[in-house]
Amino acid sequence: MNFWDRLLALDRRYVFIGIALAVTIPIITALTLPLGEPAPPTVAVYEFIEGLEPGDVVMVAIDYSPSSMPELHPQAIALVRHALQKDLRVISVTLNPQGTALARDLMARVGAEVGAEDGVDYVHLGFKPGGSQVILGMGESIRQVYPTTADGRPTGTLPVMEGVNTYADIALLVDFAAGNLPFAWIAYAGERYNQDLAAGITAVMATDLYPYLQSGQLVGVINGLKGAAEYEVLLGVEGLQAPGMLGMSAQSIAHLLIIFLVIFGNIAYFASSRRRR
Amino acid sequence: MRLQVPLLITFLGGVFMAVQFFVPHELGQTAFAELLNWGRIVAAFALVLGIQSLLRTHIEKIRRQREDWHYSAVAIAAFVLMVVIGIGFGHGEGSGFDWLFRHVQVPLDATMFALLAFFIASAAFRTFRARSTEATLLLVAAIIVMLGRVPSTLLVIFGDTGAGQWLHATMPDVSEWIMNFPTVAGKRGILFGVALGSIATALRIILGIERSHLGGGGGGE
Repeated sequence: MNFWDRLLALDRRYVFIGIALAVTIPIITALTLPLGEPAPPTVAVYEFIEGLEPGDVVMVAIDYSPSSMPELHPQAIALVRHALQKDLRVISVTLNPQGTALARDLMARVGAEVGAEDGVDYVHLGFKPGGSQVILGMGESIRQVYPTTADGRPTGTLPVMEGVNTYADIALLVDFAAGNLPFAWIAYAGERYNQDLAAGITAVMATDLYPYLQSGQLVGVINGLKGAAEYEVLLGVEGLQAPGMLGMSAQSIAHLLIIFLVIFGNIAYFASSRRRR
Repeated sequence: MRLQVPLLITFLGGVFMAVQFFVPHELGQTAFAELLNWGRIVAAFALVLGIQSLLRTHIEKIRRQREDWHYSAVAIAAFVLMVVIGIGFGHGEGSGFDWLFRHVQVPLDATMFALLAFFIASAAFRTFRARSTEATLLLVAAIIVMLGRVPSTLLVIFGDTGAGQWLHATMPDVSEWIMNFPTVAGKRGILFGVALGSIATALRIILGIERSHLGGGGGGE
Protein backbone atom coordinates (compact mmCIF):
# COMPACT_ATOMS: atom_id res chain seq x y z
CA MET A 1 0.00 0.00 0.00
CA ASN A 2 1.60 3.25 -1.14
CA PHE A 3 1.03 6.80 0.13
CA TRP A 4 -2.04 7.45 -2.08
CA ASP A 5 -3.72 4.20 -1.06
CA ARG A 6 -3.09 5.02 2.59
CA LEU A 7 -4.56 8.49 2.07
CA LEU A 8 -7.68 7.00 0.48
CA ALA A 9 -8.04 4.60 3.41
CA LEU A 10 -7.64 7.42 5.95
CA ASP A 11 -9.65 6.72 9.10
CA ARG A 12 -12.59 9.08 9.08
CA ARG A 13 -11.94 9.95 12.70
CA TYR A 14 -8.94 12.03 11.52
CA VAL A 15 -11.35 13.98 9.30
CA PHE A 16 -13.64 14.48 12.30
CA ILE A 17 -10.72 15.76 14.40
CA GLY A 18 -9.74 18.12 11.57
CA ILE A 19 -13.26 19.57 11.34
CA ALA A 20 -13.48 19.92 15.13
CA LEU A 21 -10.20 21.88 15.18
CA ALA A 22 -11.19 23.95 12.12
CA VAL A 23 -14.38 25.04 13.89
CA THR A 24 -13.14 25.51 17.46
CA ILE A 25 -9.76 27.22 16.95
CA PRO A 26 -11.14 30.27 15.07
CA ILE A 27 -13.86 30.67 17.72
CA ILE A 28 -11.45 30.32 20.68
CA THR A 29 -8.88 32.66 19.15
CA ALA A 30 -11.61 35.10 17.98
CA LEU A 31 -10.07 34.96 14.50
CA THR A 32 -11.49 37.61 12.19
CA LEU A 33 -11.22 37.35 8.44
CA PRO A 34 -12.26 40.03 5.94
CA LEU A 35 -15.74 39.41 4.55
CA GLY A 36 -15.62 41.21 1.21
CA GLU A 37 -18.44 43.12 -0.44
CA PRO A 38 -21.98 42.25 0.73
CA ALA A 39 -23.93 40.25 -1.85
CA PRO A 40 -26.63 42.14 -3.83
CA PRO A 41 -29.56 40.06 -2.40
CA THR A 42 -28.52 41.03 1.16
CA VAL A 43 -28.06 44.66 0.21
CA ALA A 44 -31.54 44.64 -1.38
CA VAL A 45 -33.17 43.67 1.95
CA TYR A 46 -31.12 46.25 3.84
CA GLU A 47 -31.99 49.02 1.39
CA PHE A 48 -35.68 48.14 1.40
CA ILE A 49 -35.77 48.59 5.18
CA GLU A 50 -33.67 51.75 4.90
CA GLY A 51 -36.35 53.14 2.58
CA LEU A 52 -39.19 52.68 5.08
CA GLU A 53 -40.61 55.49 7.20
CA PRO A 54 -40.74 55.49 11.05
CA GLY A 55 -43.94 53.75 12.19
CA ASP A 56 -44.06 51.42 9.18
CA VAL A 57 -44.60 47.78 10.06
CA VAL A 58 -42.21 44.91 9.44
CA MET A 59 -43.47 41.39 10.12
CA VAL A 60 -40.89 38.68 10.78
CA ALA A 61 -41.79 35.00 10.61
CA ILE A 62 -39.42 32.96 12.77
CA ASP A 63 -40.04 29.64 11.03
CA TYR A 64 -37.01 27.69 12.23
CA SER A 65 -36.04 25.37 15.04
CA PRO A 66 -32.88 25.28 17.19
CA SER A 67 -31.09 23.11 14.61
CA SER A 68 -30.92 26.06 12.21
CA MET A 69 -30.21 28.72 14.84
CA PRO A 70 -26.50 29.19 14.05
CA GLU A 71 -27.33 30.37 10.54
CA LEU A 72 -30.72 32.00 10.95
CA HIS A 73 -30.73 33.57 14.42
CA PRO A 74 -27.90 36.04 13.57
CA GLN A 75 -29.85 37.06 10.44
CA ALA A 76 -33.03 37.66 12.40
CA ILE A 77 -31.19 39.54 15.17
CA ALA A 78 -29.54 41.86 12.63
CA LEU A 79 -32.76 42.56 10.72
CA VAL A 80 -34.92 43.16 13.81
CA ARG A 81 -32.21 45.44 15.23
CA HIS A 82 -32.15 47.39 11.97
CA ALA A 83 -35.94 47.77 11.95
CA LEU A 84 -36.20 48.84 15.60
CA GLN A 85 -33.30 51.27 15.25
CA LYS A 86 -35.19 52.91 12.40
CA ASP A 87 -38.29 53.23 14.63
CA LEU A 88 -40.22 50.72 12.57
CA ARG A 89 -42.78 48.55 14.33
CA VAL A 90 -41.87 44.85 14.36
CA ILE A 91 -44.40 42.02 14.68
CA SER A 92 -43.17 38.44 14.93
CA VAL A 93 -45.13 35.28 14.20
CA THR A 94 -44.11 31.67 13.73
CA LEU A 95 -45.52 28.68 11.91
CA ASN A 96 -43.00 26.37 13.56
CA PRO A 97 -43.94 25.27 17.10
CA GLN A 98 -40.28 25.36 18.13
CA GLY A 99 -39.93 28.88 16.78
CA THR A 100 -42.08 30.57 19.38
CA ALA A 101 -39.53 30.48 22.22
CA LEU A 102 -36.77 31.49 19.81
CA ALA A 103 -38.83 34.45 18.55
CA ARG A 104 -39.74 35.55 22.08
CA ASP A 105 -36.06 35.54 23.13
CA LEU A 106 -34.99 37.28 19.95
CA MET A 107 -37.51 40.11 20.25
CA ALA A 108 -36.87 40.61 23.99
CA ARG A 109 -33.07 40.59 23.51
CA VAL A 110 -32.93 43.01 20.59
CA GLY A 111 -35.73 45.14 22.06
CA ALA A 112 -33.73 45.57 25.29
CA GLU A 113 -30.53 46.35 23.37
CA VAL A 114 -32.07 49.18 21.36
CA GLY A 115 -34.39 50.42 24.13
CA ALA A 116 -37.62 49.40 22.38
CA GLU A 117 -40.78 48.66 24.34
CA ASP A 118 -42.76 45.41 24.12
CA GLY A 119 -46.30 46.09 22.91
CA VAL A 120 -45.41 49.56 21.67
CA ASP A 121 -42.47 49.05 19.29
CA TYR A 122 -42.58 45.28 18.89
CA VAL A 123 -44.70 42.27 19.77
CA HIS A 124 -44.49 38.49 19.44
CA LEU A 125 -47.83 37.01 18.39
CA GLY A 126 -46.70 33.38 18.71
CA PHE A 127 -47.36 30.09 16.95
CA LYS A 128 -50.48 28.97 15.09
CA PRO A 129 -50.85 25.54 13.48
CA GLY A 130 -52.03 25.35 9.91
CA GLY A 131 -49.18 26.70 7.75
CA SER A 132 -50.73 28.06 4.56
CA GLN A 133 -54.14 28.46 6.28
CA VAL A 134 -52.57 30.85 8.77
CA ILE A 135 -50.81 32.79 5.99
CA LEU A 136 -54.06 33.15 4.03
CA GLY A 137 -56.00 33.94 7.20
CA MET A 138 -53.75 36.88 8.03
CA GLY A 139 -54.51 38.26 4.59
CA GLU A 140 -58.16 38.54 5.72
CA SER A 141 -57.59 39.55 9.35
CA ILE A 142 -54.47 39.27 11.49
CA ARG A 143 -56.50 39.92 14.64
CA GLN A 144 -58.86 37.07 13.83
CA VAL A 145 -55.94 34.65 13.43
CA TYR A 146 -54.13 36.12 16.44
CA PRO A 147 -56.78 37.49 18.84
CA THR A 148 -54.10 37.49 21.57
CA THR A 149 -50.31 37.69 21.65
CA ALA A 150 -48.12 34.73 22.63
CA ASP A 151 -48.33 35.80 26.28
CA GLY A 152 -52.11 36.35 26.24
CA ARG A 153 -52.52 40.13 25.73
CA PRO A 154 -55.44 41.10 23.45
CA THR A 155 -53.91 42.02 20.11
CA GLY A 156 -56.38 44.81 19.39
CA THR A 157 -55.39 46.84 22.46
CA LEU A 158 -51.65 47.09 21.76
CA PRO A 159 -50.21 50.34 20.35
CA VAL A 160 -47.86 48.35 18.09
CA MET A 161 -50.91 46.81 16.39
CA GLU A 162 -52.70 50.12 15.85
CA GLY A 163 -53.97 50.26 12.27
CA VAL A 164 -52.56 46.83 11.50
CA ASN A 165 -55.00 44.12 10.46
CA THR A 166 -54.07 42.76 7.04
CA TYR A 167 -51.04 42.50 4.80
CA ALA A 168 -52.01 45.86 3.31
CA ASP A 169 -50.83 47.40 6.61
CA ILE A 170 -47.44 45.66 6.54
CA ALA A 171 -44.56 47.23 4.61
CA LEU A 172 -42.33 44.14 4.50
CA LEU A 173 -42.66 40.54 5.61
CA VAL A 174 -39.42 38.63 6.17
CA ASP A 175 -39.55 34.86 6.55
CA PHE A 176 -36.61 33.23 8.33
CA ALA A 177 -36.84 29.55 7.54
CA ALA A 178 -34.94 26.34 6.96
CA GLY A 179 -37.74 24.43 5.23
CA ASN A 180 -40.49 24.91 2.68
CA LEU A 181 -42.37 27.76 4.37
CA PRO A 182 -40.86 30.58 2.25
CA PHE A 183 -42.63 29.03 -0.76
CA ALA A 184 -45.96 29.16 1.08
CA TRP A 185 -45.39 32.81 2.04
CA ILE A 186 -44.54 33.62 -1.59
CA ALA A 187 -47.53 31.72 -3.01
CA TYR A 188 -50.15 32.96 -0.56
CA ALA A 189 -49.03 36.24 1.07
CA GLY A 190 -47.02 37.40 -1.94
CA GLU A 191 -49.13 36.32 -4.88
CA ARG A 192 -52.62 36.54 -3.44
CA TYR A 193 -52.22 39.65 -1.26
CA ASN A 194 -49.33 41.41 -3.04
CA GLN A 195 -47.28 41.46 0.16
CA ASP A 196 -43.65 42.56 -0.28
CA LEU A 197 -41.51 39.66 0.91
CA ALA A 198 -37.91 38.89 1.77
CA ALA A 199 -36.40 35.69 3.08
CA GLY A 200 -33.63 34.75 5.46
CA ILE A 201 -32.59 31.21 4.64
CA THR A 202 -29.95 28.56 5.25
CA ALA A 203 -27.24 28.48 2.57
CA VAL A 204 -28.36 25.10 1.23
CA MET A 205 -31.77 26.61 0.38
CA ALA A 206 -30.35 29.39 -1.78
CA THR A 207 -30.72 27.58 -5.08
CA ASP A 208 -34.43 27.06 -4.35
CA LEU A 209 -35.07 30.75 -3.67
CA TYR A 210 -33.02 32.42 -6.42
CA PRO A 211 -35.72 31.97 -9.12
CA TYR A 212 -38.14 33.95 -6.92
CA LEU A 213 -35.50 36.59 -6.32
CA GLN A 214 -34.95 37.02 -10.06
CA SER A 215 -38.68 37.17 -10.77
CA GLY A 216 -39.12 39.96 -8.22
CA GLN A 217 -41.34 37.87 -5.96
CA LEU A 218 -38.75 38.42 -3.24
CA VAL A 219 -37.27 41.87 -2.69
CA GLY A 220 -34.11 40.25 -1.34
CA VAL A 221 -32.61 37.21 0.33
CA ILE A 222 -30.29 36.95 3.33
CA ASN A 223 -28.36 33.83 2.51
CA GLY A 224 -26.85 31.69 5.27
CA LEU A 225 -24.35 32.79 7.89
CA LYS A 226 -22.54 34.88 5.28
CA GLY A 227 -25.76 36.81 4.66
CA ALA A 228 -26.06 37.45 8.40
CA ALA A 229 -22.47 38.69 8.57
CA GLU A 230 -23.04 40.91 5.53
CA TYR A 231 -26.11 42.44 7.14
CA GLU A 232 -24.08 43.09 10.29
CA VAL A 233 -21.42 44.83 8.19
CA LEU A 234 -24.10 46.99 6.57
CA LEU A 235 -25.47 47.83 10.02
CA GLY A 236 -22.00 48.59 11.34
CA VAL A 237 -22.24 46.30 14.39
CA GLU A 238 -19.36 44.20 15.69
CA GLY A 239 -18.21 42.04 18.60
CA LEU A 240 -20.89 40.17 20.53
CA GLN A 241 -23.57 42.15 18.69
CA ALA A 242 -22.39 40.48 15.47
CA PRO A 243 -22.80 36.71 15.96
CA GLY A 244 -22.76 36.21 12.19
CA MET A 245 -19.26 37.70 11.90
CA LEU A 246 -18.06 35.57 14.82
CA GLY A 247 -19.32 32.39 13.15
CA MET A 248 -18.01 33.22 9.68
CA SER A 249 -14.35 32.63 10.58
CA ALA A 250 -15.10 29.13 11.84
CA GLN A 251 -17.23 28.43 8.77
CA SER A 252 -14.51 29.76 6.45
CA ILE A 253 -11.78 27.53 7.87
CA ALA A 254 -14.11 24.49 7.90
CA HIS A 255 -15.02 25.13 4.23
CA LEU A 256 -11.34 25.47 3.39
CA LEU A 257 -10.60 22.12 5.02
CA ILE A 258 -13.46 20.45 3.11
CA ILE A 259 -12.17 21.91 -0.18
CA PHE A 260 -8.68 20.57 0.57
CA LEU A 261 -10.14 17.18 1.48
CA VAL A 262 -12.05 17.01 -1.82
CA ILE A 263 -8.98 18.02 -3.83
CA PHE A 264 -6.65 15.61 -2.01
CA GLY A 265 -9.26 12.85 -2.22
CA ASN A 266 -9.40 13.26 -6.01
CA ILE A 267 -5.61 13.42 -6.41
CA ALA A 268 -5.26 10.26 -4.31
CA TYR A 269 -8.05 8.53 -6.24
CA PHE A 270 -6.51 9.21 -9.66
CA ALA A 271 -2.93 8.50 -8.54
CA SER A 272 -4.03 5.22 -7.02
CA SER A 273 -6.10 4.26 -10.12
CA ARG A 274 -3.19 5.01 -12.47
CA ARG A 275 -0.82 2.92 -10.37
CA ARG A 276 -3.22 -0.05 -10.46
CA ARG A 277 -3.56 0.19 -14.27
CA MET B 1 -72.62 7.18 0.28
CA ARG B 2 -69.37 6.80 2.22
CA LEU B 3 -67.53 7.41 -1.03
CA GLN B 4 -69.85 9.81 -2.84
CA VAL B 5 -70.24 12.36 -0.02
CA PRO B 6 -66.49 12.95 0.52
CA LEU B 7 -65.99 13.09 -3.25
CA LEU B 8 -68.78 15.68 -3.59
CA ILE B 9 -67.34 17.78 -0.74
CA THR B 10 -63.88 17.61 -2.35
CA PHE B 11 -65.32 18.61 -5.74
CA LEU B 12 -67.36 21.54 -4.40
CA GLY B 13 -64.54 22.74 -2.13
CA GLY B 14 -61.96 22.53 -4.92
CA VAL B 15 -64.11 24.28 -7.51
CA PHE B 16 -65.14 27.01 -5.02
CA MET B 17 -61.54 27.75 -3.96
CA ALA B 18 -60.42 27.93 -7.60
CA VAL B 19 -63.31 30.19 -8.67
CA GLN B 20 -63.21 32.58 -5.68
CA PHE B 21 -59.54 33.34 -6.43
CA PHE B 22 -60.62 35.04 -9.65
CA VAL B 23 -63.95 36.51 -8.44
CA PRO B 24 -63.45 39.18 -5.76
CA HIS B 25 -67.17 39.26 -4.79
CA GLU B 26 -67.87 39.95 -1.10
CA LEU B 27 -69.92 36.77 -0.70
CA GLY B 28 -67.09 34.62 -2.04
CA GLN B 29 -64.50 36.40 0.11
CA THR B 30 -66.62 35.95 3.27
CA ALA B 31 -67.02 32.24 2.54
CA PHE B 32 -63.30 32.03 1.80
CA ALA B 33 -62.43 33.61 5.17
CA GLU B 34 -64.81 31.19 6.92
CA LEU B 35 -63.26 28.21 5.15
CA LEU B 36 -59.84 29.38 6.27
CA ASN B 37 -61.07 29.29 9.89
CA TRP B 38 -62.26 25.73 9.29
CA GLY B 39 -58.90 24.89 7.74
CA ARG B 40 -57.03 26.10 10.83
CA ILE B 41 -59.31 24.02 13.08
CA VAL B 42 -58.72 20.94 10.91
CA ALA B 43 -54.96 21.65 11.04
CA ALA B 44 -55.13 21.72 14.85
CA PHE B 45 -56.82 18.31 14.76
CA ALA B 46 -54.06 17.08 12.43
CA LEU B 47 -51.62 17.95 15.22
CA VAL B 48 -53.65 15.75 17.60
CA LEU B 49 -53.65 12.93 15.03
CA GLY B 50 -49.89 13.27 14.69
CA ILE B 51 -49.46 12.92 18.46
CA GLN B 52 -51.74 9.90 18.49
CA SER B 53 -49.74 8.29 15.69
CA LEU B 54 -46.45 8.99 17.47
CA LEU B 55 -47.69 7.50 20.74
CA ARG B 56 -49.21 4.44 19.06
CA THR B 57 -45.99 3.67 17.17
CA HIS B 58 -43.78 3.95 20.23
CA ILE B 59 -46.15 2.17 22.63
CA GLU B 60 -46.40 -0.71 20.16
CA LYS B 61 -42.61 -0.87 19.93
CA ILE B 62 -42.27 -0.99 23.72
CA ARG B 63 -45.06 -3.56 24.10
CA ARG B 64 -43.42 -5.93 21.60
CA GLN B 65 -39.93 -5.09 22.92
CA ARG B 66 -38.61 -4.53 19.40
CA GLU B 67 -34.99 -3.56 18.79
CA ASP B 68 -34.02 -0.28 20.53
CA TRP B 69 -37.40 -0.09 22.32
CA HIS B 70 -35.65 1.77 25.15
CA TYR B 71 -35.43 4.86 22.93
CA SER B 72 -39.19 4.71 22.46
CA ALA B 73 -39.61 4.73 26.23
CA VAL B 74 -37.40 7.83 26.42
CA ALA B 75 -39.44 9.50 23.64
CA ILE B 76 -42.73 8.87 25.45
CA ALA B 77 -41.31 9.94 28.82
CA ALA B 78 -40.01 13.18 27.28
CA PHE B 79 -43.35 13.80 25.58
CA VAL B 80 -45.35 13.24 28.77
CA LEU B 81 -42.96 15.41 30.79
CA MET B 82 -43.24 18.35 28.37
CA VAL B 83 -47.04 18.05 28.14
CA VAL B 84 -47.52 17.86 31.92
CA ILE B 85 -45.15 20.75 32.63
CA GLY B 86 -46.44 22.84 29.71
CA ILE B 87 -50.16 22.40 30.39
CA GLY B 88 -49.87 22.18 34.17
CA PHE B 89 -47.47 25.04 34.85
CA GLY B 90 -47.55 27.19 31.71
CA HIS B 91 -45.02 27.69 28.95
CA GLY B 92 -44.15 31.37 29.24
CA GLU B 93 -40.75 32.88 29.85
CA GLY B 94 -39.09 31.50 32.99
CA SER B 95 -41.40 28.47 33.22
CA GLY B 96 -40.19 24.88 33.59
CA PHE B 97 -41.24 24.22 30.00
CA ASP B 98 -39.16 27.18 28.85
CA TRP B 99 -36.18 25.95 30.91
CA LEU B 100 -36.39 22.46 29.37
CA PHE B 101 -36.68 23.93 25.89
CA ARG B 102 -33.64 26.19 26.32
CA HIS B 103 -31.42 23.76 28.21
CA VAL B 104 -32.39 20.39 26.75
CA GLN B 105 -34.05 20.74 23.37
CA VAL B 106 -31.98 23.61 21.97
CA PRO B 107 -28.56 21.99 22.69
CA LEU B 108 -29.75 18.53 21.60
CA ASP B 109 -31.25 19.82 18.37
CA ALA B 110 -28.15 21.93 17.63
CA THR B 111 -25.86 18.97 18.38
CA MET B 112 -27.74 16.65 16.04
CA PHE B 113 -27.50 19.18 13.22
CA ALA B 114 -23.85 20.01 13.97
CA LEU B 115 -22.91 16.36 13.48
CA LEU B 116 -23.74 16.86 9.80
CA ALA B 117 -20.57 18.93 9.35
CA PHE B 118 -18.44 15.94 10.33
CA PHE B 119 -20.27 13.46 8.13
CA ILE B 120 -20.41 15.83 5.15
CA ALA B 121 -16.64 16.42 5.38
CA SER B 122 -15.96 12.70 5.54
CA ALA B 123 -18.40 11.91 2.71
CA ALA B 124 -16.97 14.70 0.51
CA PHE B 125 -13.47 13.30 0.98
CA ARG B 126 -14.51 9.75 0.10
CA THR B 127 -17.14 10.12 -2.61
CA PHE B 128 -16.87 13.50 -4.37
CA ARG B 129 -14.83 12.26 -7.36
CA ALA B 130 -14.33 13.74 -10.84
CA ARG B 131 -15.15 10.41 -12.50
CA SER B 132 -16.96 11.88 -15.52
CA THR B 133 -17.38 15.21 -17.31
CA GLU B 134 -20.64 15.90 -15.46
CA ALA B 135 -19.11 15.02 -12.10
CA THR B 136 -16.11 17.24 -12.87
CA LEU B 137 -18.38 20.18 -13.76
CA LEU B 138 -20.34 19.64 -10.54
CA LEU B 139 -17.15 19.44 -8.50
CA VAL B 140 -15.63 22.62 -10.00
CA ALA B 141 -18.92 24.53 -9.62
CA ALA B 142 -19.25 23.34 -6.02
CA ILE B 143 -15.73 24.47 -5.12
CA ILE B 144 -16.26 27.88 -6.76
CA VAL B 145 -19.58 28.39 -4.94
CA MET B 146 -18.02 27.29 -1.65
CA LEU B 147 -15.11 29.70 -2.11
CA GLY B 148 -17.57 32.42 -3.09
CA ARG B 149 -19.40 31.87 0.20
CA VAL B 150 -16.16 32.18 2.21
CA PRO B 151 -13.87 34.39 0.08
CA SER B 152 -11.59 35.16 3.02
CA THR B 153 -10.21 31.62 2.72
CA LEU B 154 -8.51 32.76 -0.50
CA LEU B 155 -6.54 35.26 1.55
CA VAL B 156 -5.58 32.39 3.88
CA ILE B 157 -4.35 30.34 0.88
CA PHE B 158 -2.68 33.05 -1.22
CA GLY B 159 -1.91 35.57 1.51
CA ASP B 160 -2.38 39.31 1.12
CA THR B 161 -0.89 39.22 -2.40
CA GLY B 162 -2.25 40.66 -5.64
CA ALA B 163 -3.61 37.25 -6.66
CA GLY B 164 -5.16 36.72 -3.22
CA GLN B 165 -6.84 40.14 -3.26
CA TRP B 166 -8.07 39.65 -6.83
CA LEU B 167 -9.55 36.23 -6.09
CA HIS B 168 -11.04 37.54 -2.82
CA ALA B 169 -12.84 40.25 -4.77
CA THR B 170 -13.76 38.15 -7.82
CA MET B 171 -14.81 34.75 -6.45
CA PRO B 172 -18.10 35.96 -4.87
CA ASP B 173 -19.12 37.45 -8.24
CA VAL B 174 -18.33 34.19 -10.07
CA SER B 175 -20.24 32.25 -7.41
CA GLU B 176 -23.19 34.66 -7.71
CA TRP B 177 -23.14 34.23 -11.52
CA ILE B 178 -23.33 30.43 -11.14
CA MET B 179 -26.23 30.83 -8.70
CA ASN B 180 -28.02 33.38 -10.89
CA PHE B 181 -27.80 31.73 -14.30
CA PRO B 182 -27.00 28.00 -14.69
CA THR B 183 -28.54 27.11 -11.33
CA VAL B 184 -31.69 29.19 -11.78
CA ALA B 185 -32.14 27.87 -15.33
CA GLY B 186 -32.11 24.28 -14.05
CA LYS B 187 -34.22 25.15 -11.03
CA ARG B 188 -36.86 26.89 -13.16
CA GLY B 189 -37.22 23.76 -15.30
CA ILE B 190 -37.76 21.67 -12.19
CA LEU B 191 -40.24 24.22 -10.76
CA PHE B 192 -42.30 24.24 -13.96
CA GLY B 193 -42.42 20.46 -13.88
CA VAL B 194 -43.47 20.43 -10.23
CA ALA B 195 -46.12 23.12 -10.83
CA LEU B 196 -47.64 21.30 -13.80
CA GLY B 197 -47.62 18.06 -11.79
CA SER B 198 -49.32 19.82 -8.87
CA ILE B 199 -52.04 21.23 -11.13
CA ALA B 200 -52.62 17.80 -12.68
CA THR B 201 -52.81 16.15 -9.25
CA ALA B 202 -55.18 18.86 -7.96
CA LEU B 203 -57.48 18.37 -10.96
CA ARG B 204 -57.43 14.59 -10.46
CA ILE B 205 -58.42 15.01 -6.80
CA ILE B 206 -61.14 17.60 -7.51
CA LEU B 207 -62.63 15.42 -10.26
CA GLY B 208 -62.49 12.31 -8.07
CA ILE B 209 -60.03 10.42 -10.27
CA GLU B 210 -57.36 10.36 -7.55
CA ARG B 211 -58.90 8.98 -4.35
CA SER B 212 -55.95 7.98 -2.18
CA HIS B 213 -56.73 10.87 0.22
CA LEU B 214 -59.95 9.07 1.16
CA GLY B 215 -57.92 6.27 2.76
CA GLY B 216 -58.28 2.56 2.29
CA GLY B 217 -55.04 2.33 0.33
CA GLY B 218 -56.74 2.81 -3.05
CA GLY B 219 -54.98 5.01 -5.56
CA GLY B 220 -56.35 6.53 -8.70
CA GLU B 221 -58.75 4.72 -10.99
